[in-house]
Amino acid sequence: MSKILVIAEHLNGKLNPSTARAISAALAVKPETIDVLVLADNTDAIAAEAAKINGVSTVLTIARTENAHPLAAVLAPQIAKAAIGYSHVFAPSTTFGKDVAPRVAALLGVAQVSDVMSVESSHTFKRPIYAGNAIITVEADTNHTVVATIRTASWPAATNGAGNAPVQALSLDVALPSHTRFVELQQGKSDRPDLQSAGKVVSGGRGVGSKENFEIIYKFADKIGAAVGASRAAVDAGYVPNELQVGQTGKIIAPELYMAIGISGAIQHLTGIKDAGTIVAINKDAEAPIFEIADIGLVGDLFKLIPELEQALT
Amino acid sequence: MKILVGYKRVVDYNVRIQVKPDGTGVVTDGVKLSANPFDDIALEEALRLREKGVAEEVIVVGIGPADLTAHLRNGLAMGANRAIHVVAAEAVQPLTAARILLKLVEKEQPGLVIVGKQAIDDDANQTGQMLAALWDRPQATFASKVEIADGIAKVTREVDAGLEVIEAELPAVITTDLRLNEPRFIKLPDIMKAKAKPIDTIELATLNVESNNHLQTTHYAAPPKRSKGIMVKDAAELVAALKQKGLL
Ligand SMILES: Cc1cc2nc3c(=O)[nH]c(=O)nc-3n(C[C@H](O)[C@H](O)[C@H](O)COP(=O)(O)OP(=O)(O)OC[C@H]3O[C@@H](n4cnc5c(N)ncnc54)[C@H](O)[C@@H]3O)c2cc1C
Ligand SMILES: Nc1ncnc2c1ncn2[C@@H]1O[C@H](COP(=O)(O)O)[C@@H](O)[C@H]1O
Repeated sequence: MSKILVIAEHLNGKLNPSTARAISAALAVKPETIDVLVLADNTDAIAAEAAKINGVSTVLTIARTENAHPLAAVLAPQIAKAAIGYSHVFAPSTTFGKDVAPRVAALLGVAQVSDVMSVESSHTFKRPIYAGNAIITVEADTNHTVVATIRTASWPAATNGAGNAPVQALSLDVALPSHTRFVELQQGKSDRPDLQSAGKVVSGGRGVGSKENFEIIYKFADKIGAAVGASRAAVDAGYVPNELQVGQTGKIIAPELYMAIGISGAIQHLTGIKDAGTIVAINKDAEAPIFEIADIGLVGDLFKLIPELEQALT
Repeated sequence: MKILVGYKRVVDYNVRIQVKPDGTGVVTDGVKLSANPFDDIALEEALRLREKGVAEEVIVVGIGPADLTAHLRNGLAMGANRAIHVVAAEAVQPLTAARILLKLVEKEQPGLVIVGKQAIDDDANQTGQMLAALWDRPQATFASKVEIADGIAKVTREVDAGLEVIEAELPAVITTDLRLNEPRFIKLPDIMKAKAKPIDTIELATLNVESNNHLQTTHYAAPPKRSKGIMVKDAAELVAALKQKGLL
């Protein structure tokens, strides 16, 4: 029987929704137990949140000052030690999970399955390669721990509710390195919905033309209660900060509604929105590749169409 | 200081990947191959550090089949001092790649290893982190800015929440993100010069790297296609369509 350890992702004392998505993937393995591991300086609030998620057996905590910031070199030896006795270690495939999980896998001397999009059986998974242009089935050796990152866009968040898992502090004897130090996190402050978990996303591309013009996108997104995203071209040109990038090397998202405005639809961008419910494209070029995959397309100038959309909404 | 750069050859990012009808792989025959875009960025960063006087020597490393030489010559033409070719007939998985790189690290004693954050064929995003673990050294993944002074790399990392800055004592492993730099173009005279630069060839078997076959790929499939949708003629029609779907 499988025993799964899920590594919790959190920021500013709050559990990141990606954790509940990784728990969904763990549930799909039909394991005997799913334990969640919280590493932080102060674990109480995060552990309490994790304990409520349905399907969680025990929440394990390691509260150390060294764990105040998620440095892979510091977290990985603790996770590798905590992983003893588990058949699987899962982490969300976010920048946090992508950073730490391979370090854990190497310490355990095992391979890693990246970006699990479906669980076929306890040791068989599907994952995308070539920017999602091929899906492979991988079989992991049953004699070794499976370390995997979970492609969050493929999994709904495990429900929150009836769960009341016990919280248990782990004390591990692990020497931690001091060769890597946190300096700062420059976080975009925003009251808008979070790009990774929002139900609606409005994204702008190079077609928006400037940082000033991007206000049009923000304003429209606010009007319909959407998060804001962008293409790489828009980020590179400095219209918006990097954390808004959607795509192969940005965020992989699965909102119910995705609106691509002034975005041509390069494969690297489309990789990030393959699982979106409804894709709307607004582009002045009727030949733009985005129209090949859009559920609803509208050809025209965004500077004319967005005000008209706002008008039509009221 | 020496800098070791991971320089993988992959299917060019502009190629439309086709899955073989029998599900045994993707079509690579006759397909354009290029340096992994993140590895060009890794090499560019190493060259800039050498130009700033932070490093003296830049070594590109490729693990792959016998015909990888031409690809490594491109790295030399871009400006690397020399290349190491680890000859492996079969593609190696990230843990094996990391173990191979560790052997080279032990031999060359670099102050810095720069690799791509991911290879765009397997999209694994593992090798750099695994090397850092096996080497027991710092890792700074997803780098968009690197400053090196007094034996410490100050690295800005593109993370989901924004930009994180960390300090890593050297030696360390850095993995590159797209906005770290813009790789230079290779000029014709550099291609000529590269012919005289050394490529060290090492047979994988001679490195005594523990083999790792924990993962078997049993099937390749094309992703489910999104079908072409409808076109609307104006804003009012779009709003109506979205309202009908309950999305607005
Ligand atoms: C390794 C690698 C990884 C990458 N990762 C990503 C990634 O994660 N995410 C990503 O997005 N890209 C990524 N890219 C880049 C990708 O290949 C494209 O270059 C990028 O997505 C293009 O962005 P864009 O559509 O905004 O710009 P363009 O391709 O320039 O398209 C702009 C569009 O705007 C339209 N337009 C212009 N003006 C107007 C107007 N007034 N009204 C309406 N429409 C207008 C144009 O018709 C055009 O279709 C990656 C590339 C590589 C090589
Ligand atoms: N066969 C290889 N040859 C050279 N470098 C490699 C090889 N495999 C992986 N790397 C390096 O490791 C990075 C990450 O690869 P991956 O973990 O496979 O996504 C790549 O961008 C390369 O820099």
